[in-house]
Amino acid sequence: MSGNETGNSPSRRAFLRGAAAAGAGALTASAANAATPDPLITEIQPWAQSFGDGVDETPYGLPIRFEDDVVRRNVEWLTADTVSSINFTPIHALDGTITPQGCAFERHHSGAIELRKEDYRLMINGLVDTPLVFTYADLERFPRENHVYFCECAANTGMEWAGAQLNGAQFTHGMIHNMEYTGVPLRTLLEEAGLNTAGDLKGKWVFVEGADASSNGRSIPMEKALDDVLVAFKANGEALRKEHGYPARLVVPGWEGNMWVKWIRRIEVMDGPVESREETSKYTDTLEDGTSRKWTWAMDAKSVVTSPSPQSPITHGKGPLVISGLAWSGRGAITRVDVSKDGGMTWETARLAKPGEKMALTRFYLDMDWDGSEMLLQSRAMDDTGYVQPTKAQLREVRGLNSIYHNNCIQTWLVRSNGEAENVEVS
Amino acid sequence: MSKFLKSTALVAAFSLVSGPAFAEKLGLGRAALPEEIAAWNGDISPDGTGLPVGAGDAIDGEEIFAQQCAACHGDFAEGIDNWPKLAGGADTLDREDPLKTVGSYWPYLSTAFDYIKRSMPYGNAGTLTDDETYAIVAYILYSNDLIEDDFVLSNETFFDVEMPNAGGFIVDDRAETEYAQWSGEPCMANCKDSEVKITMRAMVLDVTPEEEGAEPAATEAVAEEVAEAETAVEVAAVDPELIKAGENVFKKCKACHQIGDGAKNRSGPILTGVVGSAAGTVDGFKYSKPLMAMAEDGLVWDDDALRAFLAKPKDFMKGTKMSFAGLKKDEDLDAITAYLASFPK
Repeated sequence: MSGNETGNSPSRRAFLRGAAAAGAGALTASAANAATPDPLITEIQPWAQSFGDGVDETPYGLPIRFEDDVVRRNVEWLTADTVSSINFTPIHALDGTITPQGCAFERHHSGAIELRKEDYRLMINGLVDTPLVFTYADLERFPRENHVYFCECAANTGMEWAGAQLNGAQFTHGMIHNMEYTGVPLRTLLEEAGLNTAGDLKGKWVFVEGADASSNGRSIPMEKALDDVLVAFKANGEALRKEHGYPARLVVPGWEGNMWVKWIRRIEVMDGPVESREETSKYTDTLEDGTSRKWTWAMDAKSVVTSPSPQSPITHGKGPLVISGLAWSGRGAITRVDVSKDGGMTWETARLAKPGEKMALTRFYLDMDWDGSEMLLQSRAMDDTGYVQPTKAQLREVRGLNSIYHNNCIQTWLVRSNGEAENVEVS
Repeated sequence: MSKFLKSTALVAAFSLVSGPAFAEKLGLGRAALPEEIAAWNGDISPDGTGLPVGAGDAIDGEEIFAQQCAACHGDFAEGIDNWPKLAGGADTLDREDPLKTVGSYWPYLSTAFDYIKRSMPYGNAGTLTDDETYAIVAYILYSNDLIEDDFVLSNETFFDVEMPNAGGFIVDDRAETEYAQWSGEPCMANCKDSEVKITMRAMVLDVTPEEEGAEPAATEAVAEEVAEAETAVEVAAVDPELIKAGENVFKKCKACHQIGDGAKNRSGPILTGVVGSAAGTVDGFKYSKPLMAMAEDGLVWDDDALRAFLAKPKDFMKGTKMSFAGLKKDEDLDAITAYLASFPK
């Protein structure tokens, strides 16, 4: 613990790096009247004179080396072992809405396993007419769909329940990613096995489990299973990454990430929920009086300003500033995002980059002329149910201080006049 | 389930279920064989559906727990470091920082059997027999003062056990308690009664990870020291009794480490030939940063280093990935080092 506020913090270093990267040339170019000609323009640069890399230099490309700080990060003190742990998407450095797979957060309960398509089997059993086994090749023969959905861990922002704790949007809100999935509706697979045996489907459930050692079993009500759940095998156009469940995972739109079982191997139609470890001892919300809510699957509307933020400070001084952020709701589409610069006293409505889509990330912008004064930046999302993202105080009033999961409170960044930002809590 | 169905959005979704006839089948996949279903269909429901015939008590369970579980969960199910605590926490749920364990929090005992049988031990999942699983569950119950040590837990006595927090859960009630009051046109101006003040800052806590890795420690050649250590080990005398005792102590290590012919890296590295070898040199094992830092400083697993590490792993190597409380008795340390030394490269 350090009393020195500007000590060895990531924001400070990021700030300095950002300023250095901007360089003298860039600053000169942006000034209204250049005092001296810019050598980047007046002199022939090496890249303008000879050759770059030939094709095939990188058969599968990675981001250019100048972006090598845009990576997933782990908070080591959170968990005992990296094979049962989580890391965070660098949302502070991304724009748009689609999360590249290579930096999309990972959550494993017993490590990311390597499972070949040839070794993949998916079993459907329980209250079905014919228990079936599918191979990976079988999955690709069913009619498939494409959908963009966010996947948010129920614990996203969980460390902030008791107070401002982690200094960066990546760490406070980075247990989320948003991808375009290609897959087969679970409904199609259940119908292939036949649901007549199950009788009245009201009150029926499916139990889903993965092929990894944890299996991460979860129960899902039949209504949801037949509504929009997918068995997905592609994300953002390419195969799922190993860490996201290659070759096939469950996609449970709008619901907590733990239910999106990776390496999905078995789906059992049942009379009731299994009440597995992951849906009783974990992912339940303990209230002030000691009782706990269960089955809190839907992720409520939420938003965060991704820039400026502690890891993405303002490096250009006064003048035009783009405030940017993400909003999402597990219960529908984002209809509006408001931004406050004074800690929630006054609000103005931000611009949505595109109309909100159901259960997918929405990008918002607020373009402003910054006079260099201190700001307490907040964002507040609304979805098409009319729900308004609550403050931390509102959440605590209902749930108390002992919850961990499902924290969708309004986030505050203190942006100082030098452009640095810090995670704070306000009255 | 009843509250869930009250939600109008989901009732709307439900109409899909009772809608028109299902789609045509494509004839893909093949029938699952009974043996295949039996192999994977292991889930246990709260009403006991799926519970296998079997039995075990806390006395048997204590021994199995010590070998299979205690490395992470502690000898008394109290949990080591960040690993889950399985016992204690009674009457803490309505207090600050409640302690949620099998005893204090879990509503159904079936959950413990279901999870342990399929997903434990960590790094060696699915290897427990039904009787062993009953015994481990019994030991966890005993550690939570929920059964006596002579209680035999079986598929028949399973529901004689009362779970203290069985009535402690309610179904998601956000529709009533939150959605109604947090909907509608929000305030846009003069939204707070008094001036906005900062009440807490993350910077003060300073728990955010550094963005860049620590500067690599200066590394110097340590070949000479390594060679010296290796010769020192050769001198050790071999006592077959001691090695046999060490084999018994090694049971505490087996959940994570393998040794001898055919050994593979697990959550811990292969230990064949570890005595006298330079630290951090097993192929294909991803060591922790603290271990690699000490390896770069020339750590060699000679007798002294091994004894110091195994006596108090966390003291010897701050931040080690090895979740093991340590061996308290000198005789155990004698035995384990002898046993490890009996597997040369």
